[in-house]
Amino acid sequence: MVNRLVLENLKHRPVRTLLSAVAIGVGVTLILTLVGVSRGMLGDVATQRRGTGADIIVRPPDSSVLNLSGGITMPEKVVDVVREQPHVALATGSLMQYVGPGPLDTMAGIHLDEFSAMSGGFHYLEGGPFRGPDDVVLDEVEASGDHASVGQWINKGRKWDVTGVVESGKMSRMFTDIRTLQETYGVLGKISVIWVKVDDPANIDSVKDSLERRLPFYKIYSMDEMTSLLSADNIPILKKFTYVVIGIAAVVGFLFVLLSMYTAVLERTREIGILKALGASPGYILDMLLREAILLAIGGTIAGILMSYGTRVLMNTFVPNMTTVIVKTWWPWAALIAITGSLIGALYPGFKAARQDAIEALSYD
Amino acid sequence: MIEIRDLTKTYHVGDVDVHALRGVNLSVERGEFVAVAGPSGSGKSTLFHILGGLTPPTSGTVHIGNRDLLAMTDAQRTELRKTTVGFVFQKYNLLPTLTAADNIAIARDIAGKKGETDQQFKDALKLLGIEGRLHHKPRALSGGEQQRVAIARAIVNHPAILLADEPTGNLDSENSRLVLGLLRDLNRRIGQTILMITHDQEAATYGDRIVRMRDGRVAD
Repeated sequence: MVNRLVLENLKHRPVRTLLSAVAIGVGVTLILTLVGVSRGMLGDVATQRRGTGADIIVRPPDSSVLNLSGGITMPEKVVDVVREQPHVALATGSLMQYVGPGPLDTMAGIHLDEFSAMSGGFHYLEGGPFRGPDDVVLDEVEASGDHASVGQWINKGRKWDVTGVVESGKMSRMFTDIRTLQETYGVLGKISVIWVKVDDPANIDSVKDSLERRLPFYKIYSMDEMTSLLSADNIPILKKFTYVVIGIAAVVGFLFVLLSMYTAVLERTREIGILKALGASPGYILDMLLREAILLAIGGTIAGILMSYGTRVLMNTFVPNMTTVIVKTWWPWAALIAITGSLIGALYPGFKAARQDAIEALSYD
Repeated sequence: MIEIRDLTKTYHVGDVDVHALRGVNLSVERGEFVAVAGPSGSGKSTLFHILGGLTPPTSGTVHIGNRDLLAMTDAQRTELRKTTVGFVFQKYNLLPTLTAADNIAIARDIAGKKGETDQQFKDALKLLGIEGRLHHKPRALSGGEQQRVAIARAIVNHPAILLADEPTGNLDSENSRLVLGLLRDLNRRIGQTILMITHDQEAATYGDRIVRMRDGRVAD
Protein backbone atom coordinates (compact mmCIF):
# COMPACT_ATOMS: atom_id res chain seq x y z
CA MET A 1 0.00 0.00 0.00
CA VAL A 2 2.77 2.40 0.89
CA ASN A 3 4.32 1.73 -2.51
CA ARG A 4 1.08 2.80 -4.18
CA LEU A 5 1.07 5.98 -2.12
CA VAL A 6 4.69 6.65 -3.14
CA LEU A 7 3.87 6.06 -6.81
CA GLU A 8 0.78 8.23 -6.67
CA ASN A 9 2.76 10.99 -4.98
CA LEU A 10 5.34 10.86 -7.76
CA LYS A 11 2.61 10.85 -10.41
CA HIS A 12 0.87 13.74 -8.69
CA ARG A 13 3.75 16.11 -9.57
CA PRO A 14 4.96 14.71 -12.91
CA VAL A 15 7.12 17.68 -13.89
CA ARG A 16 8.95 17.74 -10.57
CA THR A 17 9.38 13.96 -10.71
CA LEU A 18 10.67 14.14 -14.27
CA LEU A 19 13.08 16.98 -13.51
CA SER A 20 14.43 15.21 -10.43
CA ALA A 21 14.93 11.98 -12.37
CA VAL A 22 16.64 13.81 -15.24
CA ALA A 23 18.90 15.66 -12.80
CA ILE A 24 19.92 12.37 -11.20
CA GLY A 25 20.25 10.99 -14.72
CA VAL A 26 22.70 13.74 -15.69
CA GLY A 27 24.98 12.59 -12.89
CA VAL A 28 24.63 8.99 -14.00
CA THR A 29 25.36 9.98 -17.61
CA LEU A 30 28.41 11.89 -16.44
CA ILE A 31 29.77 8.77 -14.75
CA LEU A 32 28.89 6.39 -17.57
CA THR A 33 30.29 8.71 -20.24
CA LEU A 34 33.55 9.21 -18.39
CA VAL A 35 33.91 5.49 -17.87
CA GLY A 36 32.87 4.89 -21.49
CA VAL A 37 35.42 7.38 -22.81
CA SER A 38 38.26 6.06 -20.65
CA ARG A 39 37.46 2.44 -21.47
CA GLY A 40 36.96 3.28 -25.14
CA MET A 41 40.20 5.20 -25.45
CA LEU A 42 42.23 2.69 -23.49
CA GLY A 43 40.65 -0.07 -25.55
CA ASP A 44 41.63 1.80 -28.67
CA VAL A 45 45.21 2.16 -27.46
CA ALA A 46 45.36 -1.54 -26.64
CA THR A 47 43.94 -2.45 -30.04
CA GLN A 48 46.40 -0.16 -31.81
CA ARG A 49 49.36 -1.63 -29.92
CA ARG A 50 48.25 -5.20 -30.54
CA GLY A 51 47.69 -4.22 -34.17
CA THR A 52 51.43 -3.68 -34.60
CA GLY A 53 51.94 -7.42 -34.33
CA ALA A 54 54.67 -6.88 -31.72
CA ASP A 55 55.13 -9.26 -28.78
CA ILE A 56 57.34 -6.99 -26.69
CA ILE A 57 57.60 -3.23 -26.34
CA VAL A 58 60.73 -1.37 -25.26
CA ARG A 59 60.34 2.13 -23.89
CA PRO A 60 62.93 4.63 -22.65
CA PRO A 61 63.70 4.92 -18.94
CA ASP A 62 61.22 7.10 -17.01
CA SER A 63 58.59 6.79 -19.73
CA SER A 64 54.90 6.11 -19.10
CA VAL A 65 52.96 3.04 -20.11
CA LEU A 66 50.08 5.06 -21.56
CA ASN A 67 51.62 7.95 -23.39
CA LEU A 68 54.06 6.93 -26.10
CA SER A 69 54.44 10.54 -27.25
CA GLY A 70 55.48 12.02 -23.95
CA GLY A 71 58.67 13.56 -25.31
CA ILE A 72 60.92 10.98 -23.70
CA THR A 73 63.04 9.35 -26.38
CA MET A 74 65.91 6.92 -26.75
CA PRO A 75 68.70 6.57 -29.32
CA GLU A 76 67.71 4.75 -32.49
CA LYS A 77 70.78 2.53 -32.15
CA VAL A 78 69.09 0.72 -29.26
CA VAL A 79 67.10 -1.08 -31.95
CA ASP A 80 70.33 -2.80 -33.04
CA VAL A 81 70.94 -3.99 -29.47
CA VAL A 82 67.46 -5.45 -29.44
CA ARG A 83 67.95 -7.18 -32.78
CA GLU A 84 71.08 -8.90 -31.43
CA GLN A 85 69.10 -10.81 -28.81
CA PRO A 86 68.35 -14.45 -29.51
CA HIS A 87 64.83 -15.31 -30.76
CA VAL A 88 64.13 -11.73 -31.88
CA ALA A 89 62.56 -12.09 -35.30
CA LEU A 90 61.88 -8.43 -36.00
CA ALA A 91 62.48 -5.13 -34.25
CA THR A 92 61.52 -1.68 -35.44
CA GLY A 93 61.69 1.70 -33.82
CA SER A 94 59.09 4.41 -34.16
CA LEU A 95 58.82 8.00 -33.08
CA MET A 96 55.48 8.91 -31.55
CA GLN A 97 55.24 12.66 -31.75
CA TYR A 98 52.53 14.96 -30.54
CA VAL A 99 51.81 17.27 -33.48
CA GLY A 100 48.63 19.07 -32.45
CA PRO A 101 46.54 21.05 -32.76
CA GLY A 102 44.08 18.71 -31.00
CA PRO A 103 44.96 17.19 -27.63
CA LEU A 104 45.08 13.68 -29.11
CA ASP A 105 46.90 14.49 -32.35
CA THR A 106 49.87 12.15 -32.20
CA MET A 107 51.67 11.07 -35.35
CA ALA A 108 53.74 7.93 -35.72
CA GLY A 109 57.01 8.13 -37.62
CA ILE A 110 57.66 4.61 -38.88
CA HIS A 111 59.92 2.55 -41.10
CA LEU A 112 57.14 1.50 -43.42
CA ASP A 113 58.80 -1.67 -44.70
CA GLU A 114 59.67 -2.92 -41.18
CA PHE A 115 56.25 -1.95 -39.82
CA SER A 116 54.54 -3.77 -42.69
CA ALA A 117 56.63 -6.88 -42.09
CA MET A 118 55.70 -6.93 -38.43
CA SER A 119 52.03 -5.95 -38.61
CA GLY A 120 51.06 -7.41 -41.94
CA GLY A 121 50.83 -3.98 -43.50
CA PHE A 122 48.12 -1.39 -43.80
CA HIS A 123 44.79 -2.12 -45.40
CA TYR A 124 44.29 0.90 -47.60
CA LEU A 125 40.72 2.11 -47.91
CA GLU A 126 41.80 4.93 -50.18
CA GLY A 127 45.09 5.99 -51.83
CA GLY A 128 48.46 4.49 -50.94
CA PRO A 129 51.57 4.82 -48.76
CA PHE A 130 53.51 8.01 -48.00
CA ARG A 131 56.51 8.65 -50.26
CA GLY A 132 57.61 12.28 -50.00
CA PRO A 133 58.56 14.51 -47.03
CA ASP A 134 55.07 16.07 -46.83
CA ASP A 135 53.11 12.84 -47.07
CA VAL A 136 50.94 11.43 -44.35
CA VAL A 137 48.65 8.42 -44.08
CA LEU A 138 45.55 8.66 -41.87
CA ASP A 139 43.41 5.97 -40.36
CA GLU A 140 39.69 6.05 -41.13
CA VAL A 141 38.74 7.60 -37.77
CA GLU A 142 41.21 10.45 -38.16
CA ALA A 143 40.22 11.01 -41.79
CA SER A 144 36.56 11.13 -40.79
CA GLY A 145 37.23 13.49 -37.88
CA ASP A 146 39.35 15.79 -40.04
CA HIS A 147 36.98 15.46 -43.02
CA ALA A 148 40.11 14.64 -44.99
CA SER A 149 40.57 12.45 -48.03
CA VAL A 150 43.41 11.51 -50.32
CA GLY A 151 44.95 14.48 -52.13
CA GLN A 152 43.87 16.98 -49.48
CA TRP A 153 46.24 18.93 -47.25
CA ILE A 154 45.72 18.89 -43.51
CA ASN A 155 47.29 21.01 -40.79
CA LYS A 156 48.83 18.95 -38.03
CA GLY A 157 51.62 21.11 -36.69
CA ARG A 158 52.45 21.83 -40.31
CA LYS A 159 50.87 21.13 -43.69
CA TRP A 160 50.67 17.45 -44.64
CA ASP A 161 49.51 15.89 -47.87
CA VAL A 162 47.16 12.96 -47.32
CA THR A 163 48.26 10.09 -49.55
CA GLY A 164 46.25 7.28 -48.05
CA VAL A 165 43.45 6.32 -45.67
CA VAL A 166 43.84 3.00 -43.88
CA GLU A 167 41.77 0.79 -41.64
CA SER A 168 42.22 1.81 -38.00
CA GLY A 169 43.71 -0.37 -35.27
CA LYS A 170 47.45 -0.28 -35.93
CA MET A 171 49.74 1.72 -33.66
CA SER A 172 48.40 5.24 -34.30
CA ARG A 173 45.93 7.32 -36.30
CA MET A 174 48.48 9.26 -38.38
CA PHE A 175 51.63 7.90 -40.01
CA THR A 176 54.58 9.34 -41.87
CA ASP A 177 58.14 8.34 -42.59
CA ILE A 178 60.28 8.30 -39.43
CA ARG A 179 63.01 10.50 -40.95
CA THR A 180 60.47 13.13 -41.98
CA LEU A 181 59.04 13.30 -38.46
CA GLN A 182 62.49 13.31 -36.80
CA GLU A 183 63.64 16.18 -39.04
CA THR A 184 60.42 18.13 -38.56
CA TYR A 185 60.77 18.00 -34.79
CA GLY A 186 64.58 18.15 -34.59
CA VAL A 187 65.04 14.73 -33.02
CA LEU A 188 67.16 12.98 -35.62
CA GLY A 189 68.32 9.57 -34.43
CA LYS A 190 65.72 9.46 -31.66
CA ILE A 191 62.78 7.12 -31.23
CA SER A 192 60.04 6.68 -28.62
CA VAL A 193 59.36 2.99 -28.75
CA ILE A 194 60.81 -0.24 -30.10
CA TRP A 195 58.37 -2.90 -31.25
CA VAL A 196 59.75 -6.41 -30.99
CA LYS A 197 58.46 -9.62 -32.58
CA VAL A 198 59.89 -12.91 -31.37
CA ASP A 199 60.30 -16.05 -33.42
CA ASP A 200 57.95 -18.09 -31.23
CA PRO A 201 55.39 -16.87 -28.66
CA ALA A 202 56.88 -19.41 -26.25
CA ASN A 203 60.06 -17.32 -26.22
CA ILE A 204 58.46 -14.02 -25.22
CA ASP A 205 59.44 -14.32 -21.56
CA SER A 206 63.02 -15.34 -22.26
CA VAL A 207 63.50 -12.51 -24.78
CA LYS A 208 62.00 -10.07 -22.29
CA ASP A 209 64.39 -11.35 -19.61
CA SER A 210 67.40 -10.98 -21.84
CA LEU A 211 66.34 -7.48 -22.88
CA GLU A 212 65.93 -6.48 -19.24
CA ARG A 213 69.44 -7.68 -18.53
CA ARG A 214 70.88 -5.99 -21.59
CA LEU A 215 68.93 -2.75 -21.22
CA PRO A 216 68.65 -2.04 -17.50
CA PHE A 217 66.46 0.99 -16.62
CA TYR A 218 64.53 0.66 -19.89
CA LYS A 219 60.82 -0.14 -19.61
CA ILE A 220 60.19 -3.48 -21.21
CA TYR A 221 56.72 -4.98 -21.40
CA SER A 222 55.26 -8.00 -23.05
CA MET A 223 52.18 -7.06 -25.08
CA ASP A 224 49.95 -8.86 -22.57
CA GLU A 225 51.48 -6.92 -19.69
CA MET A 226 51.17 -3.68 -21.60
CA THR A 227 47.50 -4.12 -22.46
CA SER A 228 46.62 -5.31 -18.96
CA LEU A 229 48.21 -2.14 -17.61
CA LEU A 230 45.96 -0.08 -19.84
CA SER A 231 43.10 0.21 -17.40
CA ALA A 232 41.78 3.20 -15.54
CA ASP A 233 42.90 1.59 -12.28
CA ASN A 234 46.53 1.71 -13.40
CA ILE A 235 46.40 5.33 -14.46
CA PRO A 236 46.32 7.35 -11.24
CA ILE A 237 45.19 10.62 -12.80
CA LEU A 238 42.29 8.92 -14.57
CA LYS A 239 41.36 7.08 -11.40
CA LYS A 240 41.29 10.35 -9.43
CA PHE A 241 39.36 12.08 -12.19
CA THR A 242 36.81 9.25 -12.17
CA TYR A 243 36.40 9.62 -8.39
CA VAL A 244 35.91 13.37 -8.76
CA VAL A 245 33.22 12.85 -11.41
CA ILE A 246 31.54 10.18 -9.27
CA GLY A 247 31.58 12.62 -6.36
CA ILE A 248 30.06 15.38 -8.49
CA ALA A 249 27.38 13.01 -9.78
CA ALA A 250 26.51 11.87 -6.27
CA VAL A 251 26.36 15.47 -5.03
CA VAL A 252 24.14 16.50 -7.97
CA GLY A 253 21.78 13.62 -7.20
CA PHE A 254 21.88 14.41 -3.49
CA LEU A 255 21.11 18.11 -4.00
CA PHE A 256 18.27 17.55 -6.43
CA VAL A 257 16.64 14.89 -4.27
CA LEU A 258 17.14 17.07 -1.19
CA LEU A 259 15.43 19.98 -2.94
CA SER A 260 12.72 17.84 -4.46
CA MET A 261 11.91 15.95 -1.26
CA TYR A 262 12.14 19.08 0.87
CA THR A 263 9.59 20.77 -1.39
CA ALA A 264 7.47 17.63 -1.37
CA VAL A 265 7.52 17.46 2.43
CA LEU A 266 6.49 21.11 2.72
CA GLU A 267 3.77 20.63 0.15
CA ARG A 268 2.53 17.46 1.82
CA THR A 269 2.62 18.74 5.38
CA ARG A 270 -1.10 18.16 5.77
CA GLU A 271 -0.94 14.69 4.25
CA ILE A 272 1.86 13.79 6.65
CA GLY A 273 -0.35 15.05 9.49
CA ILE A 274 -3.18 12.82 8.23
CA LEU A 275 -0.89 9.79 8.17
CA LYS A 276 0.26 10.58 11.70
CA ALA A 277 -3.34 10.92 12.86
CA LEU A 278 -3.98 7.49 11.37
CA GLY A 279 -1.19 6.13 13.54
CA ALA A 280 1.76 6.24 11.15
CA SER A 281 5.00 6.14 13.11
CA PRO A 282 7.99 8.38 12.28
CA GLY A 283 9.59 5.27 10.79
CA TYR A 284 6.61 4.76 8.47
CA ILE A 285 6.84 8.37 7.22
CA LEU A 286 10.62 8.16 6.77
CA ASP A 287 10.29 4.81 5.00
CA MET A 288 7.73 6.30 2.62
CA LEU A 289 9.99 9.22 1.69
CA LEU A 290 13.07 7.03 1.32
CA ARG A 291 11.14 4.73 -1.02
CA GLU A 292 10.22 7.79 -3.04
CA ALA A 293 13.89 8.79 -3.22
CA ILE A 294 14.87 5.27 -4.30
CA LEU A 295 12.25 5.33 -7.05
CA LEU A 296 13.53 8.70 -8.22
CA ALA A 297 17.06 7.33 -8.24
CA ILE A 298 16.00 4.25 -10.21
CA GLY A 299 14.17 6.48 -12.69
CA GLY A 300 17.23 8.73 -12.81
CA THR A 301 19.51 5.77 -13.42
CA ILE A 302 17.36 4.56 -16.31
CA ALA A 303 17.28 8.11 -17.72
CA GLY A 304 21.05 8.36 -17.24
CA ILE A 305 21.69 5.06 -19.03
CA LEU A 306 19.51 6.14 -21.95
CA MET A 307 21.22 9.53 -22.06
CA SER A 308 24.64 7.84 -22.05
CA TYR A 309 23.70 6.25 -25.41
CA GLY A 310 22.95 9.75 -26.61
CA THR A 311 26.28 11.13 -25.37
CA ARG A 312 28.07 8.22 -27.05
CA VAL A 313 26.50 9.18 -30.37
CA LEU A 314 27.44 12.83 -29.79
CA MET A 315 31.01 11.97 -28.75
CA ASN A 316 31.58 9.62 -31.64
CA THR A 317 30.15 12.19 -34.04
CA PHE A 318 31.88 15.32 -32.82
CA VAL A 319 35.03 13.85 -31.23
CA PRO A 320 35.64 10.63 -33.18
CA ASN A 321 39.19 10.40 -31.82
CA MET A 322 37.77 9.83 -28.34
CA THR A 323 36.18 6.46 -28.80
CA THR A 324 33.29 6.13 -26.34
CA VAL A 325 31.85 2.76 -25.43
CA ILE A 326 28.89 1.64 -23.34
CA VAL A 327 30.21 -0.08 -20.23
CA LYS A 328 27.24 -2.12 -18.99
CA THR A 329 29.19 -3.47 -16.02
CA TRP A 330 29.14 0.07 -14.63
CA TRP A 331 25.34 0.35 -14.70
CA PRO A 332 24.87 -1.23 -11.26
CA TRP A 333 27.63 1.00 -9.85
CA ALA A 334 26.02 4.10 -11.35
CA ALA A 335 22.67 2.98 -9.89
CA LEU A 336 24.27 2.43 -6.49
CA ILE A 337 25.87 5.89 -6.56
CA ALA A 338 22.57 7.49 -7.64
CA ILE A 339 20.59 5.63 -4.96
CA THR A 340 23.12 6.47 -2.25
CA GLY A 341 23.16 10.15 -3.20
CA SER A 342 19.36 10.21 -3.34
CA LEU A 343 18.92 8.43 -0.02
CA ILE A 344 21.27 10.86 1.70
CA GLY A 345 19.40 13.71 0.01
CA ALA A 346 16.08 12.36 1.30
CA LEU A 347 17.26 11.92 4.88
CA TYR A 348 16.92 15.52 6.06
CA PRO A 349 13.45 16.09 4.57
CA GLY A 350 12.52 12.60 5.76
CA PHE A 351 13.51 13.29 9.37
CA LYS A 352 11.84 16.69 9.19
CA ALA A 353 8.60 15.02 8.06
CA ALA A 354 8.90 12.23 10.62
CA ARG A 355 9.32 14.76 13.44
CA GLN A 356 6.44 16.96 12.32
CA ASP A 357 3.83 17.74 14.95
CA ALA A 358 0.58 16.09 13.88
CA ILE A 359 -1.69 18.88 15.11
CA GLU A 360 0.35 21.61 13.39
CA ALA A 361 0.56 19.52 10.24
CA LEU A 362 -3.21 18.95 10.20
CA SER A 363 -3.88 22.67 10.50
CA TYR A 364 -1.50 23.45 7.60
CA ASP A 365 -3.17 24.89 4.51
CA MET B 1 -14.45 3.33 28.30
CA ILE B 2 -13.17 6.91 28.76
CA GLU B 3 -12.47 8.28 32.21
CA ILE B 4 -11.16 11.83 32.47
CA ARG B 5 -10.33 13.39 35.84
CA ASP B 6 -9.00 16.91 36.53
CA LEU B 7 -7.52 17.12 33.06
CA THR B 8 -5.49 20.22 32.31
CA LYS B 9 -3.59 21.30 29.26
CA THR B 10 -1.37 24.34 29.15
CA TYR B 11 0.30 25.55 25.99
CA HIS B 12 3.37 27.72 26.23
CA VAL B 13 3.19 30.42 23.57
CA GLY B 14 6.41 32.40 23.91
CA ASP B 15 6.41 33.60 27.53
CA VAL B 16 2.67 33.25 27.88
CA ASP B 17 0.92 30.19 29.29
CA VAL B 18 -2.38 29.43 27.60
CA HIS B 19 -4.63 27.23 29.76
CA ALA B 20 -6.69 25.40 27.19
CA LEU B 21 -8.15 22.88 29.67
CA ARG B 22 -8.57 23.79 33.33
CA GLY B 23 -9.73 20.60 35.02
CA VAL B 24 -12.05 18.58 32.84
CA ASN B 25 -13.98 15.68 34.32
CA LEU B 26 -15.86 13.38 31.99
CA SER B 27 -16.89 9.74 31.70
CA VAL B 28 -18.01 8.04 28.52
CA GLU B 29 -19.43 4.53 28.55
CA ARG B 30 -18.73 1.93 25.89
CA GLY B 31 -21.25 2.28 23.04
CA GLU B 32 -22.21 5.84 23.95
CA PHE B 33 -22.59 8.65 21.41
CA VAL B 34 -21.56 11.82 23.20
CA ALA B 35 -21.75 15.27 21.66
CA VAL B 36 -19.31 17.80 23.09
CA ALA B 37 -20.62 21.26 22.40
CA GLY B 38 -19.28 24.67 23.20
CA PRO B 39 -18.12 27.93 21.72
CA SER B 40 -14.77 28.47 20.04
CA GLY B 41 -11.93 28.52 22.57
CA SER B 42 -13.83 26.41 25.07
CA GLY B 43 -11.25 23.61 24.84
CA LYS B 44 -13.23 21.12 22.70
CA SER B 45 -10.49 20.63 20.13
CA THR B 46 -7.79 20.32 22.78
CA LEU B 47 -9.83 17.61 24.47
CA PHE B 48 -10.20 15.92 21.07
CA HIS B 49 -6.43 16.08 20.47
CA ILE B 50 -5.62 14.65 23.90
CA LEU B 51 -8.13 11.81 23.60
CA GLY B 52 -6.75 11.05 20.13
CA GLY B 53 -3.21 10.89 21.43
CA LEU B 54 -2.14 13.77 19.21
CA THR B 55 -0.85 15.77 22.18
CA PRO B 56 -0.10 14.79 25.78
CA PRO B 57 -2.07 16.20 28.68
CA THR B 58 -0.37 18.50 31.22
CA SER B 59 -1.91 16.97 34.33
CA GLY B 60 -4.85 14.92 35.52
CA THR B 61 -5.78 11.44 34.42
CA VAL B 62 -7.18 10.24 31.12
CA HIS B 63 -7.96 6.56 30.89
CA ILE B 64 -9.06 4.90 27.68
CA GLY B 65 -9.89 1.38 28.68
CA ASN B 66 -7.14 0.57 31.13
CA ARG B 67 -4.53 2.81 29.58
CA ASP B 68 -3.45 6.09 31.11
CA LEU B 69 -2.66 8.67 28.45
CA LEU B 70 -0.64 10.84 30.84
CA ALA B 71 2.00 8.14 31.20
CA MET B 72 2.21 7.35 27.52
CA THR B 73 5.31 7.94 25.41
CA ASP B 74 5.10 9.33 21.88
CA ALA B 75 5.39 5.83 20.50
CA GLN B 76 2.59 4.58 22.74
CA ARG B 77 0.35 7.45 21.66
CA THR B 78 1.13 6.58 18.03
CA GLU B 79 0.07 3.02 18.82
CA LEU B 80 -3.11 4.36 20.42
CA ARG B 81 -4.00 6.24 17.21
CA LYS B 82 -3.29 3.13 15.20
CA THR B 83 -5.39 0.73 17.24
CA THR B 84 -7.82 2.46 19.56
CA VAL B 85 -8.94 5.75 18.07
CA GLY B 86 -10.44 6.70 14.72
CA PHE B 87 -10.61 10.29 13.57
CA VAL B 88 -13.18 12.13 11.49
CA PHE B 89 -12.21 15.72 10.73
CA GLN B 90 -14.15 18.75 9.63
CA LYS B 91 -12.03 19.03 6.45
CA TYR B 92 -12.32 15.28 5.67
CA ASN B 93 -8.51 15.02 5.43
CA LEU B 94 -8.40 12.36 2.74
CA LEU B 95 -5.11 11.83 0.94
CA PRO B 96 -5.70 13.55 -2.40
CA THR B 97 -3.45 11.27 -4.46
CA LEU B 98 -5.24 8.07 -3.44
CA THR B 99 -8.65 6.71 -4.37
CA ALA B 100 -11.34 6.39 -1.71
CA ALA B 101 -10.59 2.66 -1.47
CA ASP B 102 -6.87 3.33 -1.02
CA ASN B 103 -7.57 6.00 1.57
CA ILE B 104 -9.32 3.31 3.58
CA ALA B 105 -6.65 0.72 2.79
CA ILE B 106 -3.80 2.96 3.97
CA ALA B 107 -5.34 3.04 7.45
CA ARG B 108 -5.30 -0.77 7.46
CA ASP B 109 -1.73 -0.78 6.16
CA ILE B 110 -0.58 1.57 8.92
CA ALA B 111 -2.29 -0.71 11.45
CA GLY B 112 -0.41 -3.65 9.92
CA LYS B 113 -3.57 -5.40 8.74
CA LYS B 114 -3.43 -7.42 5.55
CA GLY B 115 -6.04 -9.15 3.44
CA GLU B 116 -9.73 -8.48 2.97
CA THR B 117 -11.80 -6.37 5.32
CA ASP B 118 -14.28 -8.23 7.52
CA GLN B 119 -18.02 -8.52 7.04
CA GLN B 120 -18.78 -5.96 9.71
CA PHE B 121 -16.83 -3.33 7.76
CA LYS B 122 -18.49 -4.36 4.51
CA ASP B 123 -21.86 -3.85 6.19
CA ALA B 124 -20.69 -0.47 7.40
CA LEU B 125 -19.68 0.44 3.83
CA LYS B 126 -23.18 -0.45 2.67
CA LEU B 127 -24.58 1.69 5.42
CA LEU B 128 -22.34 4.58 4.37
CA GLY B 129 -23.50 4.18 0.76
CA ILE B 130 -20.11 4.71 -0.87
CA GLU B 131 -19.52 1.26 -2.36
CA GLY B 132 -19.90 2.61 -5.89
CA ARG B 133 -17.57 5.55 -5.29
CA LEU B 134 -14.56 3.74 -3.89
CA HIS B 135 -12.46 3.96 -7.03
CA HIS B 136 -12.71 7.72 -7.28
CA LYS B 137 -10.15 10.15 -5.96
CA PRO B 138 -11.33 12.71 -3.39
CA ARG B 139 -11.50 15.53 -5.96
CA ALA B 140 -14.16 13.55 -7.83
CA LEU B 141 -16.30 13.13 -4.71
CA SER B 142 -18.78 15.53 -3.16
CA GLY B 143 -18.15 16.86 0.35
CA GLY B 144 -20.70 14.45 1.79
CA GLU B 145 -19.11 11.51 -0.02
CA GLN B 146 -15.63 12.52 1.15
CA GLN B 147 -16.84 12.69 4.73
CA ARG B 148 -18.43 9.24 4.43
CA VAL B 149 -15.13 7.87 3.09
CA ALA B 150 -13.39 9.53 6.04
CA ILE B 151 -15.83 7.79 8.41
CA ALA B 152 -15.17 4.46 6.68
CA ARG B 153 -11.42 5.03 7.06
CA ALA B 154 -11.89 5.91 10.73
CA ILE B 155 -13.74 2.70 11.55
CA VAL B 156 -11.93 0.22 9.28
CA ASN B 157 -9.64 -0.91 12.11
CA HIS B 158 -12.55 -1.18 14.55
CA PRO B 159 -11.32 1.49 16.96
CA ALA B 160 -12.69 1.56 20.47
CA ILE B 161 -13.55 5.23 20.04
CA LEU B 162 -14.51 7.31 17.03
CA LEU B 163 -13.56 10.93 17.51
CA ALA B 164 -15.38 13.30 15.20
CA ASP B 165 -14.32 16.95 15.16
CA GLU B 166 -17.04 19.13 13.63
CA PRO B 167 -17.83 16.41 11.08
CA THR B 168 -20.54 18.50 9.45
CA GLY B 169 -18.70 21.82 9.57
CA ASN B 170 -18.03 21.86 5.82
CA LEU B 171 -21.29 20.29 4.69
CA ASP B 172 -24.63 21.68 3.59
CA SER B 173 -27.65 20.89 5.74
CA GLU B 174 -28.76 17.89 3.67
CA ASN B 175 -25.33 16.23 3.77
CA SER B 176 -24.97 17.20 7.43
CA ARG B 177 -28.14 15.33 8.31
CA LEU B 178 -26.98 12.37 6.24
CA VAL B 179 -23.56 12.18 7.95
CA LEU B 180 -25.01 12.68 11.43
CA GLY B 181 -27.59 10.01 10.70
CA LEU B 182 -24.83 7.65 9.62
CA LEU B 183 -22.85 8.29 12.78
CA ARG B 184 -25.94 7.55 14.83
CA ASP B 185 -26.59 4.38 12.79
CA LEU B 186 -23.00 3.23 13.32
CA ASN B 187 -23.44 3.82 17.02
CA ARG B 188 -26.76 1.99 17.18
CA ARG B 189 -26.00 -0.88 14.80
CA ILE B 190 -22.42 -1.79 15.62
CA GLY B 191 -22.15 -0.16 19.03
CA GLN B 192 -19.41 2.23 17.97
CA THR B 193 -18.45 4.59 20.80
CA ILE B 194 -18.48 8.11 19.38
CA LEU B 195 -17.33 11.41 20.80
CA MET B 196 -18.40 14.21 18.51
CA ILE B 197 -17.29 17.79 18.88
CA THR B 198 -19.65 20.37 17.48
CA HIS B 199 -20.77 23.89 17.98
CA ASP B 200 -23.96 23.17 16.05
CA GLN B 201 -26.86 22.73 18.48
CA GLU B 202 -28.86 20.65 16.01
CA ALA B 203 -25.92 18.34 15.37
CA ALA B 204 -25.41 17.91 19.09
CA THR B 205 -28.92 16.50 19.45
CA TYR B 206 -27.86 13.39 17.52
CA GLY B 207 -25.80 12.30 20.52
CA ASP B 208 -27.13 10.23 23.41
CA ARG B 209 -26.14 13.14 25.59
CA ILE B 210 -24.59 16.55 25.21
CA VAL B 211 -21.58 17.67 27.21
CA ARG B 212 -21.15 21.43 27.17
CA MET B 213 -17.75 23.02 27.58
CA ARG B 214 -16.86 26.56 28.49
CA ASP B 215 -13.49 28.15 29.35
CA GLY B 216 -11.64 24.85 29.44
CA ARG B 217 -14.11 23.06 31.72
CA VAL B 218 -17.22 20.94 31.38
CA ALA B 219 -20.01 23.40 32.05
CA ASP B 220 -22.74 21.01 33.16
